[in-house]
Amino acid sequence: MIEAVGLTKRYGAKTAVHNLSFQVRPGTVTGFLGPNGSGKSTTMRMILGLDTPTSGHVTIGGHPFRKLPNAPRQVGALLDAKAVHGGRSARQHLLSLAQLSGIPASRVDEVLGLVGLQDVAKKRSKGFSLGMGQRLGIAAAMLGDPQVLLFDEPVNGLDPDGILWVRNLMKQLASEGRTVFVSSHLMSEMALTAEHLIVIGRGQLLADMNVKDFIAANSTGFARVRTPDTEPGLAEKLTSALSEAGGQVVPEPDGALRVTGLALPRISDLAHEADVRLWELSPHQASLEEAYMQLTQGAVDYRSAVPPQAVPGMMPGAVPGVVPGGVPGAVPGGMPPQGYAGDPYAGAYGPQGGAPGPYAGQPGPYGAQPQGAPVPGPYGAPPAPPQQPQAQPQPHAAPADPTQQHSEDAR
Amino acid sequence: MAVASQVLTSEWTKIRSVRSTVWTLGIAVVVTVVMGAAICLLVKNDFESMPVRERLTFDATSTAFAGMGLGQLAMIVFGVLVVGGEYSTGMIRTSLAAVPQRGTFLFSKIAVATLLAFVVSLVTSFVAFSVGQSLLGPDLRVGLGDPGVLRAVFGGALYMTLITLFSMGVAAVLRSPMLSLGILMPFFFLISNILGAVSATRKLGRYLPDQAGQKVMKVVTTGDDVPYGPWGGLGIMALWVIAALIAGYLFLKKRDA
Repeated sequence: MIEAVGLTKRYGAKTAVHNLSFQVRPGTVTGFLGPNGSGKSTTMRMILGLDTPTSGHVTIGGHPFRKLPNAPRQVGALLDAKAVHGGRSARQHLLSLAQLSGIPASRVDEVLGLVGLQDVAKKRSKGFSLGMGQRLGIAAAMLGDPQVLLFDEPVNGLDPDGILWVRNLMKQLASEGRTVFVSSHLMSEMALTAEHLIVIGRGQLLADMNVKDFIAANSTGFARVRTPDTEPGLAEKLTSALSEAGGQVVPEPDGALRVTGLALPRISDLAHEADVRLWELSPHQASLEEAYMQLTQGAVDYRSAVPPQAVPGMMPGAVPGVVPGGVPGAVPGGMPPQGYAGDPYAGAYGPQGGAPGPYAGQPGPYGAQPQGAPVPGPYGAPPAPPQQPQAQPQPHAAPADPTQQHSEDAR
Repeated sequence: MAVASQVLTSEWTKIRSVRSTVWTLGIAVVVTVVMGAAICLLVKNDFESMPVRERLTFDATSTAFAGMGLGQLAMIVFGVLVVGGEYSTGMIRTSLAAVPQRGTFLFSKIAVATLLAFVVSLVTSFVAFSVGQSLLGPDLRVGLGDPGVLRAVFGGALYMTLITLFSMGVAAVLRSPMLSLGILMPFFFLISNILGAVSATRKLGRYLPDQAGQKVMKVVTTGDDVPYGPWGGLGIMALWVIAALIAGYLFLKKRDA
């Protein structure tokens, strides 16, 4: 259990972290989200007693880190995968850390096997790829077999296999009852890995809630309606009919209509009454990435000159239900946020919406799963992470693409 | 104390698992011995043509140590890399997360490096002395049994060790190896010598760590007007070292890692 109370860190005039209070509980993966420069790493360093907070405090198991008895056996951390002496071999690096913590040398070979680096253990880490470096960092964090684990951007620079490996590892560590605190700036990654989210922007807490609640609160369902493009005028006709009935209609670039505020059957009825045939009437979930961007928009320190519309996955028009820069309010229109898609991930990672998400290169695993279909995934059922009861299948836990079967999951 | 022994073991692993250790210490030995030998050879050949004053105050022991001025630079690099490398690689965060007792960490680390530096310095000093004496030939050479010679040879080892310690303290304050070397190298190679040679600053210069410390390596002190003896000089150097180490400790303790 990590507990921060009123954590504040100022560097001169710049406030890196402001009055941050949160708890990280054991048994779940807690995602720590925020744009670059939002104070994630600073917070991590304060948790580890490396930086002293300007005010407030943070404890692990009730003790400040620097007073923690036998700290390296209780807390393991990956702060920066590049923080190794390039001239030292992976094994010597880990050995020096093990000796520093009073951990027997045999554990070094154990963790090397655990992260799959046993074959390059004698190689100097200078020649390691970013992914190998991350594995070495994760090995170092796990040396003491600690109950509390902190990972700062562990999937940075990893290929899809590596990302999947880290994801399963985090879940497994949490399922063993450990406290797992993972930072990332990728919402999509956290949605798949974490059960609980702590979102910060500009050093301030934006959200601290269950992932499902976060998704419910921050992403809205919508319907995509397509009228026959052979008959001009139908779209306009339907738009006015739907607007009259209280729906919000936004045209999409390819001619489809994005409708919010009306249930699917209602849209169908209205179209029928207006004598408009439909070529498409489909339920969608607004991209989580999009919702997260909306949420943190006011809190981004370093923004590119590209307008938000040009960001892949962003669509014209604001996402209803998300209050920019603040904790989102209720969804307008009386529509239940998950009214269309039973599976909140389906829309977020599916191929639709012109959103080539970060996993676009991986066919299948994050796409919409048929509801209730059995999922014979190669990664099926990692040792049952404690989940809140839920009806829907867990596509993130069991991607069903057999081509993904690699030795990555060897452990 | 358990923690200290853990850090000592760990630091020993660290120090012997990087090539820079072998390189820097190896260069220190070779440069000191070879330079000393070369100077001894030159002096032996030119001795008859040297001015009377220089012939009278000729110090066979310190002539053999003529390479130490350059050799100490390699020792400085060694000291800076041991401490500064922790910062330049970012390892310091991992290390301090494992050992939150920063003082124990720093001083155990320094202890390992100092012990190694002392062993290497001792070998260097004795080898440089014996090679130098054998090259000077029977007319000029002195023996370890002659008055003050053993003290000078042993003092030479202490001097090299202290200069390494000093650079470790400075590196702990400055953190960046590049910055530390950028300050220490020109200082000990040029600035200190200039300050000691210019008459206006000579009185100040002789209290600098290297100039004070080098006094211990001299056997013949005729015409020497410094107000301290060999051990006094080494004591002044030790004060500098203690100050650098305390500063390094305070900075490590107070500062965010």
